[in-house]
Amino acid sequence: MEDVHPSPGTTHVLIHSDGTTRQVHVTDIETPYPHGKLIVSRTDTRGIITQCNPSFVDMSGYTHDELIGQPHYILRHPDMPAATFQALWSTVRAGRQWNGYVKNLRKDGGHYWVYATVVPNIRDGCVVGYTSVRREPSRDRVIAAEAQYREMRRP
Amino acid sequence: MSFNFTVSPSFPNERISDWYIFNTWLQRQLGLPIHLELHDNFGAQRQAIAAGRVDMIYANPFDAALLVRDKGFQAIARPEGNADEMVVVVAADSPAHSIPELPAGIRLACTDDPCVNTLGRILLEPANLEAGNTRELRRETYIQVTKALLRGDADAGFLPVEAFNGLSPLVRRDLRVLVTSQIQVIHHVFLVGPALLPHAEAIARQLLSMHQTEKERAMLAALGASRWQALEQEDVEFMIDILSTLTS
Repeated sequence: MEDVHPSPGTTHVLIHSDGTTRQVHVTDIETPYPHGKLIVSRTDTRGIITQCNPSFVDMSGYTHDELIGQPHYILRHPDMPAATFQALWSTVRAGRQWNGYVKNLRKDGGHYWVYATVVPNIRDGCVVGYTSVRREPSRDRVIAAEAQYREMRRP
Repeated sequence: MSFNFTVSPSFPNERISDWYIFNTWLQRQLGLPIHLELHDNFGAQRQAIAAGRVDMIYANPFDAALLVRDKGFQAIARPEGNADEMVVVVAADSPAHSIPELPAGIRLACTDDPCVNTLGRILLEPANLEAGNTRELRRETYIQVTKALLRGDADAGFLPVEAFNGLSPLVRRDLRVLVTSQIQVIHHVFLVGPALLPHAEAIARQLLSMHQTEKERAMLAALGASRWQALEQEDVEFMIDILSTLTS
């Protein structure tokens, strides 16, 4: 449910692994995960979005054209610890599958929680990109992940 | 020598004769002897695949993955617009009105369809339901799954959308859909195996032009499709990547 009187939000500066600095607007509004849907996207080996399904577009708040060609970290929420994404990338670059709970940032500054799985796309023995599928997490698991990430962000 | 064709046993029973009609049509178009063998369940179909008794198949996404990656099959077409979706259903008098209201310990009625069962299990995750805290009641057919729900033998059941929509209005009235999958990206595919690969192009040509005459459109409609759509190997590889995320 969307908040009738949304908080004005806060501004954060994110520094990404490629050295890019990005200022993002964040509110505390959560968009519930749509029951029954899977969010699917593909990236190239650099993490640039090459393909996504309508559920990805709907939940992100961006248009399809705004997403294609952008780095996947366009969805990065400042509450997500950098170590989580470092673990994700080192796992999939090694050719293995990664799973985890992720708080994603919407274009409007709100967020949505997912249980994400990322697999390397291996063709003729080479990693040519990555496929990510997100599904609805249970509320208990989201609460546990929130607590874990809060702990990880503690200086 | 005759080639063997089969169809994943997830289609409604009333389509059995339509698949035989399709097979007769395909044999005539290709001038090849093709024997259609329909298996009662997925176990029997997998045995036939393992024994090398399948040369061509209209397969569910999970079997397609196995056949492409491990058995050298090539995907040539899929029905346009028909993604494989499923529903989690309960009896209309069930106290549960949403997935999170399903309690641990429930009895789940399902068949041995790996695709429907995998998607169904994923849709139960928001309720923290998994193999360890549910009891699976395997049934031979989707009609039996429905009966288990209506008799109170099961608390929830998995059905393909197509099978649910094929139930009579009276039966559907006594059931409640808790959630419908909207995966959008996985679907049945038409595959040819190594023995038929020299004819793959001719088979694809026949399938892709099948919607062009009224008679053949009717044949397609009887199988639940409007036309066949060409499929590239990469389309199937992408689907396989997606499936691998669902079985983790």
